[in-house]
Amino acid sequence: MQDKGKKTKVRLLAVACAVAATLSLAACGDNVPQEANEASSAGKSKISGEFQGAGASSQQGAVEAWIAMYQRHNRDVKIAYNPTGSGAGISTFLTGATAWAATDAPLDAQAIEQSKSICAGGGSAFDVPVYVSGITVAYNLKGLSGQDKHLNMDPATIARIFDGKISSWDDPAIKEQNPKANLPAKPITVVHRSDKSGTTKNFLSYLKDTAGEDWPYEAGENWPNDVGQGSKGASGVASTVGQADGTIGYVDASKVGTLGTVSLKVGQAYVPYSPQAASTVVDSSKIGQEASGPGRLVIELDHGTQAANAYPLLLVSYDVACPAYQDADTARFIKSWLTYEVSRDGQQLVADNAGAVPLSAATRAKVMKSISLISVSSPSSQGQGK
Amino acid sequence: MSDRRDQRLPGQSQELAVGGVADADKAMPDQARRQAVATAGGGQPNRVQPSGTDDAAPVIDFDKFKPTRSFIAARKRKDLLMRVLVFLAFLMALIPLISVLWTTLAAGIKRLNWNFLTYNMSGVIGGLQTPSGGYGGIEHAIIGTLEVTLGAMVISVPIGLMCAVYLVEYAHGGRLARAISLLVDVMSGIPSIVAGLFAFSMFSIVFGPGTINGFEGSVALSLLMIPTVVKSSEEMLRIVPGDLREAAYALGVTKQRTITKIVLRTALPGIVSGVILAIARVIGETAPLLMTAGFISSTNLNLFSGQMTTLPVYVYQEYSKLTVTCPADGGAGCVSSIPMERAWAAALTLIILVLVLNLIGRLVARVFSVKTER
Amino acid sequence: MREESDVTTEQLDQPVSGKRADAIFKGVAYACGIIILLALAAVTVFLLYRAWPIIAGDRQAKVETIESFTGGRAHNFLQFVGPLVFGTVLVAGLALLIAFFVAIGIALFITHYAPKSLASALNYIVDLLAAIPSVVYGLWGGIVLVPAIEPFWAFLAKYLGWIPIFAGPVANPARTVGTTAVVLAVMILPIITSMSRDIFAQTPRLYEEAALALGATKWEMVRLAVLPFGKSGVVSASMLGLGRALGETMAVLMILSPGLKYSVKLLQASQNQTIAANIAAQYPEANSQGVSALIGTGLVLFLITFLVNYLARRITRKQVAK
Repeated sequence: MQDKGKKTKVRLLAVACAVAATLSLAACGDNVPQEANEASSAGKSKISGEFQGAGASSQQGAVEAWIAMYQRHNRDVKIAYNPTGSGAGISTFLTGATAWAATDAPLDAQAIEQSKSICAGGGSAFDVPVYVSGITVAYNLKGLSGQDKHLNMDPATIARIFDGKISSWDDPAIKEQNPKANLPAKPITVVHRSDKSGTTKNFLSYLKDTAGEDWPYEAGENWPNDVGQGSKGASGVASTVGQADGTIGYVDASKVGTLGTVSLKVGQAYVPYSPQAASTVVDSSKIGQEASGPGRLVIELDHGTQAANAYPLLLVSYDVACPAYQDADTARFIKSWLTYEVSRDGQQLVADNAGAVPLSAATRAKVMKSISLISVSSPSSQGQGK
Repeated sequence: MSDRRDQRLPGQSQELAVGGVADADKAMPDQARRQAVATAGGGQPNRVQPSGTDDAAPVIDFDKFKPTRSFIAARKRKDLLMRVLVFLAFLMALIPLISVLWTTLAAGIKRLNWNFLTYNMSGVIGGLQTPSGGYGGIEHAIIGTLEVTLGAMVISVPIGLMCAVYLVEYAHGGRLARAISLLVDVMSGIPSIVAGLFAFSMFSIVFGPGTINGFEGSVALSLLMIPTVVKSSEEMLRIVPGDLREAAYALGVTKQRTITKIVLRTALPGIVSGVILAIARVIGETAPLLMTAGFISSTNLNLFSGQMTTLPVYVYQEYSKLTVTCPADGGAGCVSSIPMERAWAAALTLIILVLVLNLIGRLVARVFSVKTER
Repeated sequence: MREESDVTTEQLDQPVSGKRADAIFKGVAYACGIIILLALAAVTVFLLYRAWPIIAGDRQAKVETIESFTGGRAHNFLQFVGPLVFGTVLVAGLALLIAFFVAIGIALFITHYAPKSLASALNYIVDLLAAIPSVVYGLWGGIVLVPAIEPFWAFLAKYLGWIPIFAGPVANPARTVGTTAVVLAVMILPIITSMSRDIFAQTPRLYEEAALALGATKWEMVRLAVLPFGKSGVVSASMLGLGRALGETMAVLMILSPGLKYSVKLLQASQNQTIAANIAAQYPEANSQGVSALIGTGLVLFLITFLVNYLARRITRKQVAK
């Protein structure tokens, strides 16, 4: 076959190449504005190279927006983000294949220990919050759901619904809290995440902290009981809830779309989700005890807050980075990348386009302090020992 | 058909006869009367017995094999019923298939335009319009798909073809050949996700953990492609007339020259169309590429380094996004349902790609196969 | 292509060195045959190697990994993989059950009932459908079919609910084993159809005409001549279809609401999960030990499909030999 096979192969190759060439000739495909916008990076030394990150899928929308904007200012940087999931993101980071990882759960001790082998100078990796998203309890109920429509529920009611104890929409517990709503005698279909997820963990720990004995399960990344249906990813839950009448599920605020959402009972009032209400809780939460390593900033959400107009059901997602990198370019990139992410502009960008809760100035200042730990001088000059 | 008589002969297919007997027994009352007239006192209705009386030659009464009217009607009814069932099966299958194609077409056509085909997803912010006036596109995914598939082809076509040559030309039904052809059959049933796991494991062991590149995807796909190539090529090589080979040998041509210059050349159109169909099969694979080729929003031309998005993975990723958030102040031209629209448009592109490949394969087979038939 | 067809004797006139080329060529062909064996061996070895930690590794770590996957529902690998195997076989078997008769019907329609001109068009359509990517079926199943089929399931549950497999309450939305099996059936339909069609079309004309000449009706002719002739081919086609359904990932992932039970309630959600979909669903959030566990389930899936295909092959072989 050698001869003929090769000939056809060469031909096919040529065809494929021609196709690829015409496509890439048409434009390199990148969506960049015509006018070069170099102003913002003019003062600093230029960063260039290709950098990879991987991790939480919850951050995908936000990271994509950040990358788009960041690359407009830094033309020579190419960033790839693979939304593989928090676990895979961290394990890839710990192999040294990616520059940073995004995760919904803070690093555990074992990961911190392992990170010493990949971070230059023997330092351990640290995690800082960069993305906060509200979690909404979304429902689909004919006539009662839709954009900006809300039902009122206290944590105990939510817990009993998600535990299968309340199985009809006209249950007295729901009626009592929504005297004006005309609730039908429809069975409730609970929709939860079927994959391991930070959203599930945050939702469960909210229920555990607030619902008392109505919620007998421990917080974890897996859904603990056999009630209702499971669906993969926040979008899976959102689309499942959207598909049938009488469903209820917990969804990241950015994916809730036009579904109705539940107003949570905080103190004596019912608070609907809003970025401001969520931000209030982030600010009043304390930096966690488990933040053992230098630079680590783990937020322990105050689910039981009684503050006025606070929405305590949310997800804090972190970026994991090293304090020093073997490669000076990578270090410079990570520093400027994280700085951009938590900058006012960066946070506003994802608040507008990815449904995030913008970090407050106080929190941003704390994060910036951690980021300043990243050493951008080349590791060889500081005598790295490994 | 309707006036065809059902005269059965003794030597006919057993099954039919047995069926006939069973049915005839049911129609006993009718028949028994007639038999009583024909064979004096023959107790067994369906067996010809030499009667114990004066007749020397057995009298075969063909009339008693004659089916009753109700029997014929029953058979006709059954025939009609099966006709209807077969037709219903056909209609039933059409419903979902038309629905699949129609949904994809209807939902995909909206965003399928030149901008969508020539831009990638880098620089796309939420549902906002890009500077070029589009909403992001699949240029990078098309390139990724072509490169990964090409990589798979480069691996699997030579191996598959030579394996077929071995099976047809060299191994004359030996034990090894039997084992190989058995394993090729088994291999054609490997689940695509297992192929993905295999490539992932192999690359993480050989090239270090966390290795993800387009070529890894090619390896996974080639595992799925090789058996298809082997089987179609084998079939094509087998139908090359033995006369051609013998004629070549008689002229003193070596076996290698005979195979490359005559056998493969004759079988070429069939082989090419087989390869194209094999490509059409693997080009739509998603699961193995999710874990091997990764996902990236900008264009990556290098198959051997860096992640690569392919069309099916792109479809899945956009489906996973579902919606995007638009700024509260509206944001001119922001489309919050854009991910699903992109997913459908990419799915439509993928289907068109597969259809075109299929058409080419068929065309190659048709145009060039005339030669061998002459 | 033109210049390739005129092979002259000149070209074929070989120098003696052709012998070496001959030997090399044979060697290459032989090697490629061996590569097939090696590839399969490599699949087994690499999967086994990566799955080893979950087979023979530290007991404590194993238990933790499995528990983290299942939320504490299973504690060892067997408890984990058992329901998955059950779910995989259930979904695939059901899909085959639905697809089998329809596929045979279509194959017969194309080969024996449809007019010639229509038949060739249908041939083409069936081949095209076999090539529609699974992710598209997944999209369609998850977005179009799930809401559309719910009333039908509700109807089934209402009138046939006394049969355990149709027991209600019907899940709404219907992300159930029943819906998934329907989508898989649609997916494997073209595969079984195209293979059965090829076999049926090969039925010797003499058999068919003999049956007709004996006065058989069309259906009797099909039953007596076509079906017996195609039996082994149809069996192996369905086995291939079954193999495809066993390994299908995307469609299941995008439709089924998973659960880990030994349950045959087709109309309720969160009952079963398949191995392939479970791998794709859990893989992103798995640590290295978790990946080992998933690869372990992948190995089990590999063995199952290996067995199915091997059996299919044995059946066809026997028939051919006879």
